Amino acid sequence: MSQGYHGAFGGAFIPEILRETFRQLTEAYRTARRDPTFWDDYLRLMENYSGRPTPLTLAENISQEFGGRRVYIKREDLNHTGAHKANNVMGQGLLVKRMGKHRVIAETGAGQHGMATATMAARMGLECVIYMGAEDVERQRPNVFWMEQLGARVVPVTSGSKTLKDAINEALRDWVGSMDDTHYVLGTACGAHPFPEMVAWFQSIIGEEARRQILAQEGRLPTHIYACVGGGSNALGIFQAFLEDTGVELVGVEAGGHGLATGKHAARLAGDGVIGVAHGYKTYFLQDADGQMRDTHSVAAGLDYVGVSPILSHLRDAGRVRFAAATDHEVVAALKRLMRAEGIIPALESSHAVAQALKELPRLPPDAVVIINLSGRGDKDIFTVADAIDDPGWRHFIRAKATQYANRDTTGAT
Amino acid sequence: MTSLERHLRDTLTRRRQNGAAPILLMSHLVLGYPSLEENRRVIAAMVAQGVDLIELQIPFSEPIADGPVIAMANQASLDRGFRVEEGLAFLGEMVQRHAVPFLLMTYYNILHARGWEPFIRQTAALGGSGLIVPDLPLDEAGSAISLCREVGVDWIQLMTPTTPEQRLAEIGAAAAGLCYCVARKGVTGRQTAFDSAIYAFLARCRAATSVPLALGFGVKTGDDVRNLVGKADIAVVGTAAIEIHRTGGAEAVGDFFKTLKTI
Ligand SMILES: Cc1ncc(COP(=O)(O)O)c(C=O)c1O
Repeated sequence: MSQGYHGAFGGAFIPEILRETFRQLTEAYRTARRDPTFWDDYLRLMENYSGRPTPLTLAENISQEFGGRRVYIKREDLNHTGAHKANNVMGQGLLVKRMGKHRVIAETGAGQHGMATATMAARMGLECVIYMGAEDVERQRPNVFWMEQLGARVVPVTSGSKTLKDAINEALRDWVGSMDDTHYVLGTACGAHPFPEMVAWFQSIIGEEARRQILAQEGRLPTHIYACVGGGSNALGIFQAFLEDTGVELVGVEAGGHGLATGKHAARLAGDGVIGVAHGYKTYFLQDADGQMRDTHSVAAGLDYVGVSPILSHLRDAGRVRFAAATDHEVVAALKRLMRAEGIIPALESSHAVAQALKELPRLPPDAVVIINLSGRGDKDIFTVADAIDDPGWRHFIRAKATQYANRDTTGAT
Repeated sequence: MTSLERHLRDTLTRRRQNGAAPILLMSHLVLGYPSLEENRRVIAAMVAQGVDLIELQIPFSEPIADGPVIAMANQASLDRGFRVEEGLAFLGEMVQRHAVPFLLMTYYNILHARGWEPFIRQTAALGGSGLIVPDLPLDEAGSAISLCREVGVDWIQLMTPTTPEQRLAEIGAAAAGLCYCVARKGVTGRQTAFDSAIYAFLARCRAATSVPLALGFGVKTGDDVRNLVGKADIAVVGTAAIEIHRTGGAEAVGDFFKTLKTI
């Protein structure tokens, strides 16, 4: 009775102690899925709290630059807390209420999922603990600050490579001891069954809207859809509504980091991922010959993960989704270009989708209609981006702030 | 009855006849932590002090079922360049050198990367007595269990306090050699209270299978072991030994097991 497979991928490779918890979660999810009032409640919450539906914005200047090919941007950056993560978290929050648990834990890479979870926990009156790789705590301080202000406890994880994968391990360890009253709000369409399927379901709201919106605005389906792929939840969110439309080419964009040849990247499906089992599920992982997970790299913390959704692995092998990788360098260039051309500030993660679309646009047919899923906004990346751009004004500001804090610390004032 | 189970039963009987407490000691160590050379010393000390069964953990980069101490040991061993190949060679060497049974414990991806079939065949060829793979549940392990039976390696099942009756029975029916009973919710290394809940849990396990029962997670003292006499057949000591090794070296580990032995 092996459950939750997508082709050869997925499953539930979990310690025996968690089995009953997963059974209860699967049951709660299945019941919710059969209950139409659940999805209605979810839609209403997303409308009134998160600001959905998010617009599908025509990027007029970029469209013109590329000879009239129509480029649309699905604005997940306009969700409350600034990313598509809100969709998943609010859905799971409603499930937590149904299950009667009062504590939630989560892992986070970029901090967006942690922030969304902390927000949900505050609204729903739940205790909240967020595990975050110590290295990610360093590079995503603004999100750590907000999570704490929202009442969550942020635990820096110092084991392993100190990034997302280690935060996942730590969250699982917490859950093994706390499952009676705690729900693990997994942040992406990965992990043991039912998480990939359940998270993809909550994120399907992106594609359902985008499909209606493009039909209303263009009178036809898009020819190409680009989405960045960390765990794969925003990509699956938009892809699912178009899976049957074989005329729509679906492109997942992974983190090319310093370049695929350097080994410093997180391209599992476009790069050299190997099928394996970790974190509770079977998929392509970046690993060595012994089966040890490799260190990954991306300028975008949210894409810096060794595994990928089993659903995407299946769609890749089935030939339905094409995968590509954008390098850190291309990503920062794409981010600058989108800001200047359209006045939209994308997250570094989302900029991967933008970079790949910009790369391919000149080769697309002149009547191409392209949707780029903009998974999140870039405010959180201000430190990383200012570093990458090497902005002198920003450097000056940080130096002045540092001096101000240093003086305050030595004078003993608070 | 597998040869491991017969060996355990015979040892228990002998101990009873000699007037000693009928409980066996099983220890755990992480290969390559702090080094294979230290592993050799610790194992020699353990065997000298009468440890009955030794579990060798092949480190994995994602040890989700292990607590902080063992997870750290996994990472430290990998950081020093540990390879699975040398871990298997080490198992072969220990089987040759010591008369106690050795079990391999690791996570499924280590088997998967090598191919689970070659991995199991190699374990058998090297003389390993059993395999513990906590993230490969019964439902996924069917073919691995069949092959294990064929080549004479015991696939060791875990029973936990959250496992429902029906499932305990299924696990118990598939069990070989011994059953590993997890004392409580939570990962390795934390304190366990030896109270009526544990005894009730062990009684449920006992009803579900005829193989010897090993109880692990949080067994740290002679009192803990004494409390298990008559309720479990084997007491498993893992994290405590690693912590003692870290502060006192191989000799201190030997002394520690000596105190556990003279309960
Ligand atoms: C803005 C943003 N986009 C994308 C991702 C990648 O995740 P996923 O592939 O699950 O959408 C993250 C993850 O943190 C993120 O914060």
